[in-house]
Amino acid sequence: MENKLGRTLPADVMEQLQLTPFQTTEIGNPEVQRTAPQVRLSTGNDKVTNDLKKIIQENVHDGMTISFHHHFRNGDFVFNQVMKIIMELGIKNLTLAPSSLTGVMNDVAIEAIKQGTVTAITTSGMRGSLGDAVSHGLLAKPVIFRSHGGRARAIENGEIKIDVAFLGVPNADRCGNANGSYGDEAFGSLGYALMDANYANKVVLLTDNLVDYPNTPASIKQTQVDYVVEVDQVGDPDKIGSGATRFTKDPKNLKIANLVSDVITNSSYFKDGFSFQTGSGGAALAVTRYLRAAMEASNIHASFGLGGITNPMVELLEAGLIDKLMDVQDFDKVAAQSMKNNLNQQEIDASWYADPDNKAAMVDQLDVSILSALEIDTDFNVNVLTGADGIIRGAVGGHQDAATAKLTIICTPLVRGRIPSVVKSANTVVTPGSSVDVLVTERGIAVNPQRPDLLAQLQNVPGLQIYSIDELAELAQQIVGTEAPLEFTDRTVALVEYRDGSIIDAIKQRKD
Amino acid sequence: MEIKQTAIDGTLESSDIQITVSQGTAGVQIELTSDVAERFGTQIKATIAQIANDFQLENVKIKAVDQGALDCVIKARTITAIQRALQTSAEPAWEVL
Repeated sequence: MENKLGRTLPADVMEQLQLTPFQTTEIGNPEVQRTAPQVRLSTGNDKVTNDLKKIIQENVHDGMTISFHHHFRNGDFVFNQVMKIIMELGIKNLTLAPSSLTGVMNDVAIEAIKQGTVTAITTSGMRGSLGDAVSHGLLAKPVIFRSHGGRARAIENGEIKIDVAFLGVPNADRCGNANGSYGDEAFGSLGYALMDANYANKVVLLTDNLVDYPNTPASIKQTQVDYVVEVDQVGDPDKIGSGATRFTKDPKNLKIANLVSDVITNSSYFKDGFSFQTGSGGAALAVTRYLRAAMEASNIHASFGLGGITNPMVELLEAGLIDKLMDVQDFDKVAAQSMKNNLNQQEIDASWYADPDNKAAMVDQLDVSILSALEIDTDFNVNVLTGADGIIRGAVGGHQDAATAKLTIICTPLVRGRIPSVVKSANTVVTPGSSVDVLVTERGIAVNPQRPDLLAQLQNVPGLQIYSIDELAELAQQIVGTEAPLEFTDRTVALVEYRDGSIIDAIKQRKD
Repeated sequence: MEIKQTAIDGTLESSDIQITVSQGTAGVQIELTSDVAERFGTQIKATIAQIANDFQLENVKIKAVDQGALDCVIKARTITAIQRALQTSAEPAWEVL
């Protein structure tokens, strides 16, 4: 079975899971039904405990779906604490539905799969040893990869039905009012976790910082929380995020960033009140520096900046060049601190951010998005999930969601070492080319042929070398030489959902 | 040509390749370590073997630790390491270049 992009999908698995192949990026205006969680009534006086094991024993049972958030990133202590107890208790056959999986969770996740504790996973991404193990067939059922918006949609419509959510927070009161802004392990926006708090049948907060009741601002509310479990530590503050995200010094990335800025400022979208989102890649981040100079020179300011927020975005906010930051996640301490102190930096949940099945998400209002890529094929389809060796080593993140912007720019070096980034056929397609408008490499740019209007705006810009994407792929191949194809087995180890829930690609098991 | 000493060229930096040339007994033996071995291993080995052949080396061990080097880098590092091993660094082998 092939989908609209010509990606081969496993017919048997698709039928068994009742999935539909990807058709289009258009969502339209259908009416959808959302689900609601079960609610165990409480007056709030029985929620605090330090007996995590007892809470797990009473609430987690074979076959359930459990969830976590990844706002602590590589400083997370919650996932491993909870999963170790679950394994100890001999609970089996769980579906793991975290917002994403970070490297610090890998060892325990692999052990849980080996023991049969976890038999299914849906996540935004995975890396390192876990990605490697899954790519080699560790898990019997295919992993379902979803974007942040796609996960929000799936939680709202019941495709992901979370039985118990274990949510680590840097502060909470005895009834469960909590936020991500205060405490030793403050990380800022709770954006992804807010979905779990809202839709899980049982919500278990874990915190090492029990504060006076009532705790405000309450991002997670006492109305949503079943238990508040006191633990020694929820995370390692030093590993949650850097102090302030630094600009890259890599000359190739700086050149790319400069070209991206040229593309934006010469497009019709660069006008007062425009909006934008930058990804967290080196070149994407550095764009802010060049964009800032252009905004100041042209006396143009932005109405909002969206997505994962970093120090460079906060600087624009403080300089009055951006009116609002809409914040689903903070990548560094400066951004987290800023959300606490600046009323113009609004915490948003993943649904508000990017859920397509919505009465409008922020991404639907987005003018410009600047995103990175591991690979982009000559149809502008982008891979951010599997490496050049075909192994899972990334995350869908908000890529598909932000790519719905009016001007979506993919920036990537033409080659990384000997690995080409612009290719005839990508290992995996995550974001469809029809939502991508311009590719920027250090050698020059390519404009999607479906955007002749953009081509007209960009073709006489000094210093902006325009190629066809086939020419760039050719150029990359000349540099690296001819590759031997990777070998895969017929077994599907993962399926990649488009944000609407259709299947955009399948990832096969690597042949050893 | 006879290998006179073990010689090395190149670093372990990204996009470089480190070539170690030493005496061998069983023809041209190439031992390659590379993250891109699956996709480019055959090509990398062929490039190195071609140069060993150009120098008319009959018995040689070549250890290559690749960090994603392009062909031009692989050639340059291999030629230099071989010339060092032959103790002919002061006399560039123009016919090989």
